[in-house]
Amino acid sequence: MPKAQVLFEDIGVAVTVPAGTRLIEVSEKVGAGITYGCREGECGTCMMKIVKGMENLANPSLLETKVLQEQMAGRQNRLACQAQVLQGEVVVRPG
Amino acid sequence: MIAAPVRLRRPGGDFDAVPVAEDVHWIGALDPTLRSFDIILKTANGTTYNSYCVRGSEGVAIIDTVKAEFADEFFSRLEQVARYDEITTIVLNHLEPDHTGALPELLRRAPQARLYISHRAPLMLKGLLKYDGESLDFTTVTQGDTVSLGDRSLRFLHTPFLHWPDTQCTYLVEDGILFSGDIFGCHFCDPRLFNDHVGDFRFSFEYYYQHIMRPFREHVLTALPLVEDLELNLICPAHGPIHRDAPRGYVKRYRQLAESQLANEASQRDKTLVIFYISAYGNTAVMAQAVKDGAETVDGVRVSVYDLQGGEVTPFVDLIEEADGLAIGSPTINGDAVKPVWDLLSCLTQVPLKGKLGAAFGSYGWSGEAVGMLEDRLRGLKLRVPCPGIKLKLIPTGEELADCHAFGRNLALQLTGQAGFRVVDIAELA
Repeated sequence: MPKAQVLFEDIGVAVTVPAGTRLIEVSEKVGAGITYGCREGECGTCMMKIVKGMENLANPSLLETKVLQEQMAGRQNRLACQAQVLQGEVVVRPG
Repeated sequence: MIAAPVRLRRPGGDFDAVPVAEDVHWIGALDPTLRSFDIILKTANGTTYNSYCVRGSEGVAIIDTVKAEFADEFFSRLEQVARYDEITTIVLNHLEPDHTGALPELLRRAPQARLYISHRAPLMLKGLLKYDGESLDFTTVTQGDTVSLGDRSLRFLHTPFLHWPDTQCTYLVEDGILFSGDIFGCHFCDPRLFNDHVGDFRFSFEYYYQHIMRPFREHVLTALPLVEDLELNLICPAHGPIHRDAPRGYVKRYRQLAESQLANEASQRDKTLVIFYISAYGNTAVMAQAVKDGAETVDGVRVSVYDLQGGEVTPFVDLIEEADGLAIGSPTINGDAVKPVWDLLSCLTQVPLKGKLGAAFGSYGWSGEAVGMLEDRLRGLKLRVPCPGIKLKLIPTGEELADCHAFGRNLALQLTGQAGFRVVDIAELA
């Protein structure tokens, strides 16, 4: 299975994951500082900053795009409960 | 100067609007019997919900409303100074229900009025009014935007997180009057209304800052220059007395409160790690000392250790507010961390924590759940917890103390950015 790597900048840990993994599945296990609310892409609590590798994430769904807009998100923001890692390296940090 | 006491209710039962400046009236409500606000605040003197009416040559503006239960009082005062069909502008500096409770009825009575809210406010407005997204029209504003009332104009100050994301201030330019929302306010109900006539409300002012604004200290410091640059003849907050005597003094006091009380003796380059512990038989205390010793092997880190049993929560919260990192040691008793630790952690929402380093450790007799619970709480408070906590059974061995020493060193390396990155496979994670 293709692999990707997610580097959680706040705790200094890089996790090797199968392609298609959602960030929520990794960040809680590894103890990164991203906090979650609804876990369903509606509340925006888990908004994080993609420091590097935005192109290695699956495109946001219509729902995620709507919530990001409502949260006045910048171009580097995604929701950790929605974002899927597809390939390569992604560097993230909390909100 | 307006004589005190202000007459607030007419013999017939109507409520008076109170002149604040020429063609500017207070039309709020008094809530003298309130004893607790938003659960977290004691209100020995009740509170006021301040709303203001500003008349210009080409329009009337209403700035904020009141809590829903006080809507009748608000409308009674409003009707003393304006007709509903004259209202062109409604401004909400903050959407919390104590300021928006009368909004739906005001919109119904003055449907022609344009509603102005900060650009962070639409979602909250939707949550409060439960409209369908299209049935309510409003304009979002941000720093420097203005609304004309003819010979007078309102200018908006972008002041988010004082104390909600949506908060803003509104400045009546020609008169030098700041409608500040919750900042510079306090819960203190006195019908004399003005700071030079009401009873001594200084404790309420400071208490309000400590509980409402302090968690957003950095946002206070960002906003203050916007206010400090203004000509200030009056500050009209959303709660408590109107500051007409020496209004700038309240701005200066906010700066004092938001900046550090004492300079940190650690140099600008040094990072600070505070270690709090509590220990039943001395085992967690020994661990704390080993963590400290380990952290001190790294240059550029100043480490302090405190026994939670020997102090009060409030000064410990002050220490954590200023520190870069926080490590907490607790034994596990009956499957939990002990109460003094939770007492401290339950008070940390009063201070900014995001991005600080957090860590937990402790000795246990049976099962050792405390460390994991504390780590979860620290993450929940938005600290980063890069080093897995250390727990050990009863009395530490020399080898275990070496682990504590290494743990402390790792914390210090994390604080100073020297830790590097660890690589793991997801399959290795529990």
